[in-house]
Amino acid sequence: MSKALLYDATICIGCKQCEAACAEQNKLLYDDSVASEQRQSEHKFTCVLTKGDKFMRRLCMNCQDPACASVCPVGALKKTATGPVTYDADKCMGCRYCMLACPFNVPKYEWNKLAPKVRKCTMCADRVANGKPTACAEICPTGATKFGERDALIAEAQQRIHDNPGNYVNHIYGLNEVGGTSVLLLSSVPFEQFGYSGQMLSEPMPLLTYRALSHVPDVVSLGGVLLGGIWWITNRRADVANAEGKQSSEEE
Amino acid sequence: MEKPKLTFWNLVLWATLMAGFYAVLLRFTRGLGGSTNLSDEFPWGLWVGFKLFAVCLAGGGFTLAAVVEIFNIKRYRPVLRPMILTAFLGYSMFICSLILDLGRPYRVWHPMVMWNDHSVMFEIAWCVMLYTTVLLLEFSPVILERLGWKNALRRVRMVMIPLVIAGVILSTLHQSSLGSLYLIVPGKLYPLWYSPLEPVFFFISALCAGVAMTIFESWHSSKAFGKQLELPLLVGLGRVLAVLLSFYLALRAVDLAHRSVFYLLRLPRAETYLFLLEIALLVTPMLLLFRPRIHNSPTALYFCSVLTLLGFVTNRMNVAITGMQASSGVSYFPRWSEFAITLSLVASAFAIFWCAVKYLPVFPEAQPVTAKTAVPALQQMTPEFSHAD
Repeated sequence: MSKALLYDATICIGCKQCEAACAEQNKLLYDDSVASEQRQSEHKFTCVLTKGDKFMRRLCMNCQDPACASVCPVGALKKTATGPVTYDADKCMGCRYCMLACPFNVPKYEWNKLAPKVRKCTMCADRVANGKPTACAEICPTGATKFGERDALIAEAQQRIHDNPGNYVNHIYGLNEVGGTSVLLLSSVPFEQFGYSGQMLSEPMPLLTYRALSHVPDVVSLGGVLLGGIWWITNRRADVANAEGKQSSEEE
Repeated sequence: MEKPKLTFWNLVLWATLMAGFYAVLLRFTRGLGGSTNLSDEFPWGLWVGFKLFAVCLAGGGFTLAAVVEIFNIKRYRPVLRPMILTAFLGYSMFICSLILDLGRPYRVWHPMVMWNDHSVMFEIAWCVMLYTTVLLLEFSPVILERLGWKNALRRVRMVMIPLVIAGVILSTLHQSSLGSLYLIVPGKLYPLWYSPLEPVFFFISALCAGVAMTIFESWHSSKAFGKQLELPLLVGLGRVLAVLLSFYLALRAVDLAHRSVFYLLRLPRAETYLFLLEIALLVTPMLLLFRPRIHNSPTALYFCSVLTLLGFVTNRMNVAITGMQASSGVSYFPRWSEFAITLSLVASAFAIFWCAVKYLPVFPEAQPVTAKTAVPALQQMTPEFSHAD
């Protein structure tokens, strides 16, 4: 079954322990200066955005049908059956199409390295594979970030909105966005305030390119037959003209 | 050609190449961060725009190969070799800038063994590999003739038709797939350029640019070598370009109308102005080319081809840079080293083309330009064309 994370911004106290746990899990430096950075980067895979007393996490959404994995020419990015979208640095050649394609601008790049890697949250794929929750969910003191089955978390999110409608925007972000994501968000203020676009397609992004790509075999087969046929006709005309000794200078 | 002019252009060439060489050094010692203005917010920049355009220019290669070898319209044969050479140089520029642009260039071969057939980039990787090989084989007779290797020449000629067919199919796929790259960014590419028809636009513009490039090169080789196409051929190409451009522009207009985004043209934004510049650079040559006085004059034809090529440069840069600017939240402008590398690739391509025309039979059947051959041809052709118009 597919695992997911439910982040409920109304329970979050902005302690940033998830940031520290994430850094430790991914062997990244974490100090006060990193903690104060309000953006994801190649050295910070998740961050707790703070606006007054409102909080919102940013991390890889681990889409159900991810654009990054569909565009990667070498298959370095993969959606696993358990939920996480993983990255194999040994395959990546650095075309950065994943960065362009990601609707949430999640993948970041090690611009100043000579052998750079794409860096992003991979939903603690190793831990999840061993039946453990993600580092951020495990450390969360209030349960604002909760790990579990995606279906169960969706039901729970719906229940929370139902029980406390005044407390929430009536929307589970990630339920339908780009065909659904493995990170689900609840908030008391519109998601746009924290940079989450409200105009995401509800169908998976890869469909957009796959519709075009699916015509490749047609172009090859029909194009080959058509061009071969035209050549046969035009050349046959030339043969006939040759045979009848009519080939004149106008042909050339 | 006068000596001072030659020295000046040599100087420009060498200065560009030196700057480019230094920029390449920077690229491989300081990484992409130290040699470009690319960032997490703007991961694709000038080099991607340039790659799109380099391949667009190469459109003449498959267009003329199809016209001459498949459709058997033999009178365009004299243009075929220079266009195949142009296409080969266009693809070489693509590969060079790709190698510089990749974070880990030494893994450029990875798509050969690591497959993801859902990726447009994977399709592009294969098209580039295969079509560059096809172009090399299509051009090989020129080298084999020069070397006098009759056996090899005969073998290449035996497989020429299947090669040409493969080349046309690969080009069709590749040209359109460069447009398909942007299908996955509906929320990022500005709506004046984001269109589900992007692959079709890229394909048709490659046909236009191919024809424009043929006119452009013929004029330059007439200046440099006294070799150019017969005027009737140029006139014919001008007319084809006029029709192709009108079809392309009509399709763009229809697409804007269907997507109901014409209102965007009223917004005073950089995107609007650069879009209008792009369209103006394409509409002007189209209108001019329908006038007999223009399409019967080699210089006017040359001027129109330059406008067309500038129009498509603007289009590719608009898709790659202008159109991605607003959604990125940053303002990207290429660093000097990005320009230096791009310009030195163009300069190298010009230099290689010049050498090839000089030392290889690239223009074997072209006519030397003299007042005596050019003028009667014009007079001969004019009545028929003015009748047709």
